[in-house]
Parts: sequence; structure tokens; C-alpha cells
Amino acid sequence: MEVILVFLSAAIVNNFVLTYFLGICPFVGVSKKVDTALNMGMATTFVMTMTAAVTWLIYHFIILRYNLPFLEYVAFIITIASLVQFVEMFIRKASPALFRTLGIFLPLITTNCAILGLALFAVLREYDFVESIFFGLGAGAGFTLALVIMAGIREELELADVPPALRGAPITLLVAGLLALSFMGFAGLLSV
Amino acid sequence: MAAKELPLSKDFFKGFWKENPVTVQLLGLCPTLAVTNTAINGFAMGMATTFVVVSASTLVSIIKRLVPRQVRIATYIVIIASFVTMADLFLAAQFPAISKALGPYVPLIVVNCLILGRSEAYASKHPVHRAFLDALGMGLGFTWVLVLLGIIREVLGFGSIFSLKMFGDWFTPWIVMILPPGAFFTLGIIVGVINYITGKEGSETTCH
Repeated sequence: MEVILVFLSAAIVNNFVLTYFLGICPFVGVSKKVDTALNMGMATTFVMTMTAAVTWLIYHFIILRYNLPFLEYVAFIITIASLVQFVEMFIRKASPALFRTLGIFLPLITTNCAILGLALFAVLREYDFVESIFFGLGAGAGFTLALVIMAGIREELELADVPPALRGAPITLLVAGLLALSFMGFAGLLSV
Repeated sequence: MAAKELPLSKDFFKGFWKENPVTVQLLGLCPTLAVTNTAINGFAMGMATTFVVVSASTLVSIIKRLVPRQVRIATYIVIIASFVTMADLFLAAQFPAISKALGPYVPLIVVNCLILGRSEAYASKHPVHRAFLDALGMGLGFTWVLVLLGIIREVLGFGSIFSLKMFGDWFTPWIVMILPPGAFFTLGIIVGVINYITGKEGSETTCH
């Protein structure tokens, strides 16, 4: 039950993009077509879940055990960068079809602040191993949800008469504000 | 290189307006939106980011001939993460209240595309003094936008500025301004207004 709450909280109530502003760059940059957004979201969810598991192990078995808290950020970012590289190599070998869909997004994921944010939040909230994995899954699902909704809106926006100065990123930010406002409606749903 | 012809002052001042990291390049949006609910938080985040971008760019420029091309990004990230750790420990020791308010967004400076972008696109190709000025200009350009955003949101959301009360009892705070939607609205409008002033048609982020 606890893990389902963690999942729902990360995916909907405290949506990573719309509440914590994590992963805004791909949100503004990549979310122009629904299928691209969906692929990007899936690649990110995959890396997020892996990251949640691996950084939990590193934090608890290396950093805490040898009392190295000052190495936390360096260790996390190296872990994420190597993990992304590893996932890329693995998918390329294991499933060329999947690689063609996800491939171009993978290198970009290293500097997606949602990934590092996930690792940091999991430590701050003192999740156990299983909760961390569900937190990663939920955060990824929430990221994908926000990205896909935004892509759908932006496909329609192509047809709208937006004032020239607001085209592109500014109107995306304003729409994101409205989305964030509507996601606040979920706030009372659960309290985690 | 054509950039060598530019006067040094251009390297410094381009970050303030013409190539402003937030309003023009739309980099580092996570901290820009997340910590600007008050002016002082925006200022602290701006200063921490400026420290990291200046230190990282200077160091990257010093060691640019020693780093093999294939591992340069990894090297830059480790350098940046080390400086962020310093900034984080400094804030926690000297300004615990601000450190608590900024929370995990201080370590998230590591993945601020602005910093890696300056190291990769500028510092790794230019002499030290230019890299230093460029980074300082970008950092301060980032800071003023964060402070402006913080002031607007604090005035409307709390009715105060740098925690000093501005209005009498008649003022009803716009709670939405200090909540996430207020951040999106304010930044969207600021970027739109600046595009209008400069006559630019829309803008795209250069980072993903």
C-alpha cells in the first residue's frame, strides 16, 4: 500500500515537472509532437527507475558506510552519466528497434535535472529500496504524463494565432502554468 | 578566431542582455522557476550559480589542453559537481536558513545547462581571462533575472520585498504567485515582454 502511495504521489500529486520544476528543459524543448514526447518519456522513465535503484545502493552501501557525504553529488552524477551510457549500449545490442526510437534521447538524459533530482529527493525522504524504485517509476510516469499533455496542447497551438513575441517557449510556460494550476486540484488526494 | 577581435567588455556584458542565459537562451529553467518565490532566495541561488559557473569556467579554461576530447564532458561535470559541493557546504554553514529554503535545488546546480554550456561552448576554447569574464557576465545575467522574478512574485504573493512589508492591511496576497503556477506565468510573461522589446519572434530553449 505504502509503495502505491509513493507512486501516485510522485506521478500526480507532486508531479515532478509541474510542482518541482524538474525536467523543465526537455518539457519546453522536446514537447512538440505527441509520439516524440511519449518516446522521450519512456526513455526517461527507464533511466529514472534504474537510477533510483543504483543510487540507493551507492548511497547506503558506500557513502553512508564510509562516511563520505561530501562525495554525494559527485558520486550521483557520475553514476547517472555512466548508467545512461550503459543503458544506451545495452539497448543498442539488445533491441535495435527500441534503440532507434529511444536512441537519440538517451545522451540528453544525463543533464536532465529530473534524474539527479530524483536521486536527491529519494535520499532526503529516506525511502527504503523498494519505495525508491516505485518513486523512480512514479516520477517517470508523471514526467511522461506532463510531457505528453503538453505535446498534445502544442500540436493544437500550431494552429492558434499566438502573438509573435509569445511564440515558442513563452506560450509554453504560460500553458504550463495553467497545467500546474489544474494539477494543484490533486493536492488533497493523498498526503504523502 | 573571430571572437578574439571582440573587446573584453563585450565578453562580460553579453550575458546581461543580448545573450542572457534565462530570457534569451532559456537555460537553467529549473532553479529559475523553483526558488524564486522570494527575492532573497532568487538572489542566493543566483550568487551560488555565479560562483560555480565562474570557478568551473576558469578551471576548465586552465586545463583545456590537458583534457582528452572523449572524456571532456565527464571531466567538466565532475569539476562542476565539486564546486557545487563547496557552495552547498558554505551555504549550509554560513546561511542555514537560506540553505534550508533552497533545499535540493542547490545540488541541482550541477545539472544547470548554463554551467556545462559555458564550459563546453566557451571556456574550453578561450583563454582564462576571457572565460572568467564570460562566466561572470553570464552568472550575473542569470542573477538579475532571478532577483526580478523573485521581487515580482514576492510583492504579489506576500506583499513584501526582501521580507519588508510594502502594503497596508488592505492588500490581499495573490497566493498563486508563490505557488508553482505563478512561477510559470511570471517567467512566461517576462520572456514575452523582453521578446516584444527586442522585436524577436518567439524563442526556443537551446538545451534539452
